[in-house]
Amino acid sequence: MGQVIGIGAAPKRKEDQRFLTGRGNYVSDIKRPGMTAGVFIRSPHAHAVLRGIDKSAALAAPGVVAVLTGEDVAADGLGSLPCGWGISDAKGVPMKEPPFPMLAQGKVRFVGDMVAFVIAETLEQAKSAAELVNVNYEVLPSVVGVLDAVRPDAPQLFDDVPNNVCCDWELGDKAAVEAAFRKAAHVAKLSLVNNRLIGNPMEPRAAIAEYDPGKGHHTLWTTSQFPHVVRFLMSALVLKLPEHKVRVVAPDVGGGFGVKQFHYGEEAVVTWAAKRVLRPVKWVADRSEGYLSDRHGRDHVTEAELALDENGKFLALRVKTLANMGGYLSTFGPNIPTNLYAPLLGGVYTTPAIYCNVKVVFTNTVPVDAYRGAGRPEATFVVERIVDVAAAEMGIDRVELRRRNMIPKEAYPYQTPVLVQYDSGDPMGCLDGALVAADVKNFGVRKAESARNGKFRGLGFSTYVEACGLAPSRFAGRLGARGGLYESATVRVHPAGQVTVMIGTHNHGQGHETTFAQIVCEKLGVPFENVDIVFGDTDRVQFGMGTYGSRSLVVGGAALSKAADKVIVKGKKIAAHLLEASEQDIHFEAGKFSVAGTDRVKTIEEIAGAAYVPHNYPLEILEPGLEEQAYYDPVNFTYPGGCHIAEVEIDPETGIVTLVNYTAVDDVGTVINPMIVEGQLHGGIVQGVGQALYENAVYDESSGQLVSGSLMDYCVPRADHLPMMKVATHSTLCTHTPMGVKGCGEVGTIGSPAAVINAVVDALAHLGVTHVDMPATPNRIWRLLQNASLPVAAE
Amino acid sequence: MRAFAYHQPNEISEAVKLLTSVEDCKVLGGGMTLIPTLKQRLAAPAAVVDLAKLPALKGISDDGVTVTIGAMTPHAVVAASPIVQARIPALAHLASEIGDPAVRNRGTLGGSVANNDPAADYPAAVLGLGATIITSAREIAADRFFVGLFETALEPGEIITAIRFPVPVAAGYAKFKAPASRYALVGVFVARFADGVRVAVTGAGAGVFRVAAMEQALSQSFEPTSIASIKIDAAGLTSDIHAEADYRAHLVTVMAKRAVTAASR
Ligand SMILES: Cc1cc2nc3c(=O)[nH]c(=O)nc-3n(C[C@H](O)[C@H](O)[C@H](O)COP(=O)(O)OP(=O)(O)OC[C@H]3O[C@@H](n4cnc5c(N)ncnc54)[C@H](O)[C@@H]3O)c2cc1C
Repeated sequence: MGQVIGIGAAPKRKEDQRFLTGRGNYVSDIKRPGMTAGVFIRSPHAHAVLRGIDKSAALAAPGVVAVLTGEDVAADGLGSLPCGWGISDAKGVPMKEPPFPMLAQGKVRFVGDMVAFVIAETLEQAKSAAELVNVNYEVLPSVVGVLDAVRPDAPQLFDDVPNNVCCDWELGDKAAVEAAFRKAAHVAKLSLVNNRLIGNPMEPRAAIAEYDPGKGHHTLWTTSQFPHVVRFLMSALVLKLPEHKVRVVAPDVGGGFGVKQFHYGEEAVVTWAAKRVLRPVKWVADRSEGYLSDRHGRDHVTEAELALDENGKFLALRVKTLANMGGYLSTFGPNIPTNLYAPLLGGVYTTPAIYCNVKVVFTNTVPVDAYRGAGRPEATFVVERIVDVAAAEMGIDRVELRRRNMIPKEAYPYQTPVLVQYDSGDPMGCLDGALVAADVKNFGVRKAESARNGKFRGLGFSTYVEACGLAPSRFAGRLGARGGLYESATVRVHPAGQVTVMIGTHNHGQGHETTFAQIVCEKLGVPFENVDIVFGDTDRVQFGMGTYGSRSLVVGGAALSKAADKVIVKGKKIAAHLLEASEQDIHFEAGKFSVAGTDRVKTIEEIAGAAYVPHNYPLEILEPGLEEQAYYDPVNFTYPGGCHIAEVEIDPETGIVTLVNYTAVDDVGTVINPMIVEGQLHGGIVQGVGQALYENAVYDESSGQLVSGSLMDYCVPRADHLPMMKVATHSTLCTHTPMGVKGCGEVGTIGSPAAVINAVVDALAHLGVTHVDMPATPNRIWRLLQNASLPVAAE
Repeated sequence: MRAFAYHQPNEISEAVKLLTSVEDCKVLGGGMTLIPTLKQRLAAPAAVVDLAKLPALKGISDDGVTVTIGAMTPHAVVAASPIVQARIPALAHLASEIGDPAVRNRGTLGGSVANNDPAADYPAAVLGLGATIITSAREIAADRFFVGLFETALEPGEIITAIRFPVPVAAGYAKFKAPASRYALVGVFVARFADGVRVAVTGAGAGVFRVAAMEQALSQSFEPTSIASIKIDAAGLTSDIHAEADYRAHLVTVMAKRAVTAASR
């Protein structure tokens, strides 16, 4: 019999067998009989009126099956792409929510906005025909940056959205904050830009749809992180289809990072088109198309002020942010820079008063939505940067200033002034651990060595906390969520004792098939090889909210744990009958039901056998079968956090920043599989380092064209950009999740940008540099050095 | 990619004949540049003539004074060649820093030089070493070959068959890699010959160029310090989201010094 591999073990990932042998099954691998190919025509202009679309030449081109436009969408009475969150301003006025048609109607609002869909027998025919569609654009002035967009004379994206402001949102006690600032001994100020990012999952987005006229069934295969939500939003709100006639399958998906957790117009168009042409339709984005249509992330302009007393105690924090939403509201769009941002501005500190104002702004750019970390990296960057600024200005050591203001371990649960209540944590413990692991003691020696080689060395800290495990539905509902945020799992024990789990989360690189199997092993004592995890198919999985916001283990794993508990409860009833004992006397451990104090035992396999062949079975009181389902709605967010320490070396001649050491000590609660947690931390940190040093989505200000439109110009970090990282965990257990887990998917991305930039600023502090915007490119560093007017010429 | 006719001739003469007789016909080397443009429909030739089967375009030879490399030699082969490593190590090093392994295994010397991308590496070596471009029709000196942005002295239908590099006393190449593409944001090739020094810069402007002031200074004294204060005029240099012109100008001096240091090793 195979091994039982439970919580805390690090087996190799189950899913890697198929991934590493080329046997994965991705959307673009799927071929359906009679399948056609679709191509989207996207706006080459950032802002234009659609004066007319002539499709006659395209329709006459070889192989063309159909050409669909926004007029066809309107004629069929289809709905707008929905936004899943409705936020309101301080007076309770709801956000402006202009329609987001799946194919543009009347106007295009960003380069990449979808104008038409061309379907042909082959992809090449579709591309050739697309070139023949004559779209008459009347180009309008455009605006891409938030500061420009809110100017009174800025181009207006929507007639009924004055100044392009979707919502002027706020959180916190403004009066208390103002009072605190009045009595402050010192006020630290910081203006910063949180750079716009592009998610770059390895697999571009794709969708295939098929309609079965016999049954009236639609099937959509899509690269999604949440197929059930796509089914709901698309059926109920966009295409107005009965949900029981729609199946959405998200098979193997090659990475998401948030990019695939939205309901995209492409999915709806393909599904709608397949019924119109009565043929399966396939669309696969290429990388460049992804750059122009995958939702982007971040893009804030922020002013922050921190008030301190004479001892460096934080009195209050005031933050004003302009957040770019792009041309339309995406699925989670307005939620990210508000609810997932401002409540994290407390950080790991006892700051008693916080006020945050966020103007959510439309611009002529790709819609902005969640990208790994979503709102929390932005908040962490503000807090951890301004703490460093304050420390430098007050002449207090950065670590010491953090310590003076940190929430002590004993103070948990800790209620912040910005809604959230941290259940558990030990930021000081993470800090202490990281200081040792990073050998901070000997940093001076290393700095001197760098100086001897003509290099500047810097050290940066980020002691952070985040909120994940999205989300308590009732709480989220009060914040504007229009859906629930629970998760579901079914545990099916087969007659011979193998287990299939149907779960509503989606595995696209996180290792769920392994982690969740370990939970089942731990709970039910069955061999690892006897557990399969099924996800990503609305016809096989009961329901689910999908994978995002570090929620899969925290919320999905909890549902799984609950369902497994129900299996044990039922198993005990069956065992009591078979062992002729009372249910209370049945003890379950390591896959065996035994009568306490005796050697009478039934294995879970025997119990399953009895449940499916119920000859000797208490049929009067118990149903046959051994399959249980649970839904879990969390009572709170979880709050992973930790301390990240970055060490950089800067070549003043070239401005190149090299990350030379990176240390992370994170509190992610219970660790199910340490190898997978380490992998998540590594990946997350790399994405955060990418934001800090390399990645930048740049739009041309006058034309609204995306200048960083490919991997030739958008720098995703590579292995040789990074040092070997030291990652470790220092866990306190979450008090409200079944296994004490907190989630680890985003912590790396949240903690790291501030650590890296703090290190860069530290390296340049002796030149009077107080802030460096991301990404800290060589050109940017060189420019700072020039302005610092130092003798760094080519000597 | 649009449909096109595909030819794979076995003789140079046959290739030239196709190129001059078939309308709208393109040469295919390693395809690292051409194939993406075909895929994106930025180019849509009626026919493609693949040079892969031409034996005359392969091989690396050393006649004691020059090293000659066939046009279809992939970057990885140049990088690993014992001849190149022994005779012009800076050239082997340059080839080893082009792109990524896939690009080095497919991309060719001839394709790179014919393409004359303003950020490509080989043009710096070709100009810096004062190499001779051997084509199906003639021989062209490097100083007359690189005409402008993506422009060369090649006539329609003319194929690069090989490049002949004089063996220098010492040479060095220093490249500031563009972080995303790994092309040269600025690359400087410095070569010292018995009769003087040549300095060629790629990446900084619209095409590869020489820096006379640095050549003179280094001919006097082949030391990094002798060019440390020589500044390049930023006017006319490239400005883009990765590097502004004055920064590029600054990098030319820095990379030139590093190339001299590398050459002196
Ligand atoms: C991801 C990536 C990164 C890269 N990084 C770098 C880098 O860091 N540095 C660098 O220098 N380059 C880089 N390149 C370019 C690479 O070196 C290419 O190989 C080179 O530009 C073209 O060579 P090729 O053999 O692939 O030519 P092809 O793509 O086949 O052809 C290019 C052009 O040259 C013509 N041509 C080809 N061979 C001949 C010939 N023998 N005679 C006449 N005309 C010919 C073709 O008709 C075409 O117009 C990179 C490319 C990629 C895709």
